[in-house]
Amino acid sequence: MARIGVFVCWCGSNIAGIVDVKEVAKEAAKMPGVVLSTDYQYMCSEIGQNLFKNAIKEQKLDRVVVAACSPRMHEATFRKAAESVGLNPYLVEIANIREHCSWVHKNKVEATEKAIALVRAAVAKATLNQELIAGEIGIEKRALVIGGGIAGIQTALDIADAGYTVDIIEKTPSIGGKMAQIDKTFPTLDCSACILTPKMVDASMHPNINIHTYSEVEKVSGYVGNFEVTINKKARSVIMEKCSGCGVCIEKCPSKKTKSEFEEGLINRKAIYTPFPQAVPNVPVIDREACIKFKTGKCGICKKVCTAEAIDFEQENTKIVQKYGVIIVSTGYDLMDLDRFGEYAYGEDPDVITSLEFERLTNAAGPTSGKLLRPSNHKKPEKVVFIQCVGSRDNTCRGKTYCSKICCMYTAKHAMLIKEKYPDIEVHVFYIDIRTPGKNFDEFQRRAVEYYGVNYIKGMVGKVFPDGEKLIVSGVDTLIGETIEIDADLVVLAVATKAKDDAEELGRKLSISTDTNNFFTEAHPKLRPVETHSAGIYLAGACQGPKDIPETVAQASAAASKAIILLSKSKLVNNPCVAEVDEALCCGCLECTNICPYEAISSKTIEIREHGKIVKKLVSEVNEALCQGCGGCTVTCRPSAIDLNGFSNKQILAEVDALCF
Amino acid sequence: MIRVKMSTNNRKKEIDRVLGISGENIKLCMQCGKCSASCPSSSNMDILPHQIIRLFQVGNYEKVLNSQTIWNCASCFTCGSRCPRNIDITKLMEAVRVTVVRNKGESRINIKELPEKINDKMPHQVIVSAFRKYNK
Amino acid sequence: MKYSYFPGCTLKTKAQELEKYALSSAKELGFELEEQMEWQCCGAVYPLATDEIATKLSSVRTLASAKEKGEKLVTLCSACHHVIKRVNEDMRTDESIRNKVNNYLNLSEDYKGEVEVIHYLEVLRDEIGFDQLEKLVKNPLNKRKIGAYYGCLLLRPNQVMSFDDPENPSTIEQFIKALGGEPVKYPYRTECCGGYLSLDKKDMATGMASNILSSASKHEIDEIVTACPLCKYNLEISETKNGVTISYFTELLAEALGLK
Repeated sequence: MARIGVFVCWCGSNIAGIVDVKEVAKEAAKMPGVVLSTDYQYMCSEIGQNLFKNAIKEQKLDRVVVAACSPRMHEATFRKAAESVGLNPYLVEIANIREHCSWVHKNKVEATEKAIALVRAAVAKATLNQELIAGEIGIEKRALVIGGGIAGIQTALDIADAGYTVDIIEKTPSIGGKMAQIDKTFPTLDCSACILTPKMVDASMHPNINIHTYSEVEKVSGYVGNFEVTINKKARSVIMEKCSGCGVCIEKCPSKKTKSEFEEGLINRKAIYTPFPQAVPNVPVIDREACIKFKTGKCGICKKVCTAEAIDFEQENTKIVQKYGVIIVSTGYDLMDLDRFGEYAYGEDPDVITSLEFERLTNAAGPTSGKLLRPSNHKKPEKVVFIQCVGSRDNTCRGKTYCSKICCMYTAKHAMLIKEKYPDIEVHVFYIDIRTPGKNFDEFQRRAVEYYGVNYIKGMVGKVFPDGEKLIVSGVDTLIGETIEIDADLVVLAVATKAKDDAEELGRKLSISTDTNNFFTEAHPKLRPVETHSAGIYLAGACQGPKDIPETVAQASAAASKAIILLSKSKLVNNPCVAEVDEALCCGCLECTNICPYEAISSKTIEIREHGKIVKKLVSEVNEALCQGCGGCTVTCRPSAIDLNGFSNKQILAEVDALCF
Repeated sequence: MIRVKMSTNNRKKEIDRVLGISGENIKLCMQCGKCSASCPSSSNMDILPHQIIRLFQVGNYEKVLNSQTIWNCASCFTCGSRCPRNIDITKLMEAVRVTVVRNKGESRINIKELPEKINDKMPHQVIVSAFRKYNK
Repeated sequence: MKYSYFPGCTLKTKAQELEKYALSSAKELGFELEEQMEWQCCGAVYPLATDEIATKLSSVRTLASAKEKGEKLVTLCSACHHVIKRVNEDMRTDESIRNKVNNYLNLSEDYKGEVEVIHYLEVLRDEIGFDQLEKLVKNPLNKRKIGAYYGCLLLRPNQVMSFDDPENPSTIEQFIKALGGEPVKYPYRTECCGGYLSLDKKDMATGMASNILSSASKHEIDEIVTACPLCKYNLEISETKNGVTISYFTELLAEALGLK
């Protein structure tokens, strides 16, 4: 005879405010098998847990039902508590009378009735619960970092310093990301490359870090602790081991028709190129679509001038298959396309530029050697207008609804950089609001206004009208209530940040989700910002949401610490609620192998005795480590040979029966 | 300048009626000013479009109804097409106009003055449109 | 290919050139515009107040008549196009308007916004194609510098009109190029001409139209083409010193096809 204990939680007023918890406990006491039914304000508290544990011991309970919040919150808590007093954790059942009941209903009578029904179902299921023993899986002591910007580099350095091997894979020919393009960083106005390149070099020299640039993730399979990743290393057409980084090939290359991605299209690059002088690795790459040799068969000058014989036109993409224990995603962000914002004349007039293009103009290593020159005529501008919120805070189908977070700060930085070098240039900034929440951030922006005399105008710009050599910026000063016009020489747009275009595709490969804006979704926005819902996969940096460098570095180290926690374990406990095949019933149709989304089911041949003879039979086999307990196979199976431990067909039907009768 | 007594109930009934006719939710407006910056007729207005919305947000009904702005709007739809909150200010302007002219004797074009204003080349469109916007 | 055709009042009176050349060009290009029987004035403006129903009825009658014929409805005048297309969208998406209108009109079959309303330029762009148009040109325009003037009603609001990118359109430029002209973009080509303000507040309208004309002339444009009789009127009365001529796009089309 089962001895079931029911514990109904008030959850303060969260449940008790709508559901009559005492009534639920009273009704539960009458249910078959229940020998104890009680209620308490906070079951998850220490007192609540002690009540729970003592009841199990004193009443010799062999099954328990906790009617409280979602199992996602505290199933683990109560399982641990049960285990500590000798009760198998899988004999604990949770009835969700908060998220499924008190939080979604307003009528107290109906809500109480529903809570009682939910408890009845849980009791019926608990009666059939079996003791389950969790298995153990090993952990591969290796981490994969996808994306080699500052987030990826920081994460890799932290994990490597903790003693584990880390592989960084980066799509472009060099690590460094957006931070390598930036001139100075706020609020300290440190030179970005000066603080980044030491970290890049550390990463390349670290004995525990392997860097794969010009590479992409092709396929991911497996599960936490045991991911198997196929990496596609694109052919550089240069033999890395032989190249000395002298750069003669780049100098002599005759093809200069491709827009430089690093310089944001402001100038062209050669077909064989390194993105920037401090590139890591300092080995060039041939862009086969721009290379004359690859397009027409003629040329090959680079090979002729290379003294190290490092050019290899026959080089092919290689694939690496590697096992990893954890994966950290740090793929970064991009700036939005402006094709739906034609009113700003971007693309129509060369003197309307984005903020990232401006970074390249002020950067001493950039296309104008750091001199602020108009792209149209290479003359110094007299009046510069900055327009904030281009595409951000926009509810229409044109833009992004969110605030891009970094633009108020970098626009103030840009304005001050101009005023510092060229005090006579008139600088105007059009804004909706000024957002400066970080340490020393507000003081930074106010310096632009109070010390440097930048004209901050609270109002937006309607349209930019190119007029001969000038750009007529037609805006409004909402504080005075007047429309205004500025004849600018240069207009800089603070364009909204967006997630990378291939984020969704990468998310699918990793089985992690993206939100409506294509940023990767964290497990919990407040309490678990660097984890995803897939165990073993973590997030770092702007791929999770717009953020500046201090936050990115903090998040990168946080992701590293989570990864290290996992890697430091000798084994992982896996989920025992997995599918199991009854080989006697299995007819070998193998439909379950087709439907399993985790590729956890395969087939095997067994020998059975039938009518006095030994015959071979094909049956399904479940890999318990891969199985996530979704139950899809149990639905597909026609003879009901495959069932789910902890959620068996009998248990589900018992719940339905309890709800209906 | 006198200090205005602020209340969310100022002229609520009248303003809600105008907003109902417009079908627009002015709580969405964040006062960015893009509408005013974009308006080609802004130089003809005493109160800018974003200020019209703000006046309604704080319950100043009279100032809006007595403004020149609503009659000098050309209904060109530029404001609404650029507004980042997707508010169609053109509809709001129309709702205010309509609220005024639907009252007796509030039509803005005097038929007697019409012959001086029209000429041979003027397309019918102009006359019909103007009458529809300014008269009952 | 046959289309139902709604001319509107102005095309039959003050803007006859717009229609005349449209019809002759259509014949040359191989499609037919069948004028609707018993059409009425569309109302000239789309009623923006959400409680107005009566002012939408004449457009619905036009649409229902096109539906009966099973044809797409083509319009020439930007203003009529704007009114009819927006009323059509209301009938398609707004249940309360749809019910009230159908109850009042009592047509043999309820109208639910089934008809597709297209502008003559869309017929040229999407159904015939500018490449095909280029082949049929007999009198190429000799690389004349021509500026397109779109005005407001053809482009905005973009969610309903869906004619082209409202901030940076290119349809009429492509049209000019196909005819052998040299299209010149200028920043004021999508700005409002003043519209109905020119009746009672002429100075305001001419102020707005002057900005457009001076912008065009700064870009060395001698000729502006437009699709709206009201825009043409406003530009013409404001044209005092720039020396820019304004014509309908159909005049240009007829000229290039050798029909003028």
